[in-house]
Amino acid sequence: MSTAQTPLHKVQGMGSSHSGTGHFWRERITALALIPLSLWFLFTMLGMAGASVVTPAQFFQHPWNGALMAAFVSFSLYHAALGLQVVIEDYVHTAGTKIFSLLAIRGALLACWIVSIFAILRITVS
Amino acid sequence: MADNPQRPQATARPLSPHMTIYRWPVTMMTSITHRFTGVGLTVGAVILAWWLVCVSNGIDGGYGTFMAVASTPVGELILFGVTWSLVFHFLNGIRHLAWDLGFGFDKKLAERNSVIIFALSVIGALAVFATAWTGHGGYLK
Repeated sequence: MSTAQTPLHKVQGMGSSHSGTGHFWRERITALALIPLSLWFLFTMLGMAGASVVTPAQFFQHPWNGALMAAFVSFSLYHAALGLQVVIEDYVHTAGTKIFSLLAIRGALLACWIVSIFAILRITVS
Repeated sequence: MADNPQRPQATARPLSPHMTIYRWPVTMMTSITHRFTGVGLTVGAVILAWWLVCVSNGIDGGYGTFMAVASTPVGELILFGVTWSLVFHFLNGIRHLAWDLGFGFDKKLAERNSVIIFALSVIGALAVFATAWTGHGGYLK
């Protein structure tokens, strides 16, 4: 036996990392999408400084604005999940704690996403 | 378990410098700050979710409470921190994408860009808050 790699991993071109460049690539694609979305978000929030609830409620009733907000929240939280995964993998070295932390983070971010999207839809239809 | 008699004597070996005794290069500062601001922005996403829920509740649905909390000194400090985190992570993130394409690895250039990003992020965050405080925000009202 000249190598410790399993035939499957050899075929997939993957070593002990168990995965390829998928994580790296998704992090970059979401980052790219967040460049215009973040600028839009910042200028939108600044435009609502000191406003009553009527301003954001009317603003996000417009389908374009609601959709852009949904996109910003979705890309942000997906990007955050990928980033926090790396942070945990870097600092948590016990297998059990690591799996628990990764699941907890993903669960929390998924909950945050569901709440945000539901709120946006609720504003749109109200 | 008994000590391995053949274990080499591990004394007086030179150690690689640890983080605590390193003179931190500015590129190291931007690297750790990128991670720090990323975690901070996740907290910001939770605040944003809370804000969206308040807006969806309509009048008297918690929006007033949110604004009251946000306008306390601690609330403003947190909002400023999230704003600065967004500007920093935005600027340094663009630099990361440039690095991925192979640009900006020159040592002097990377150090200069790090200082520029730190400066611009503070200026950007201050500009956002100055615009709001001087009443130039709120143009969507």
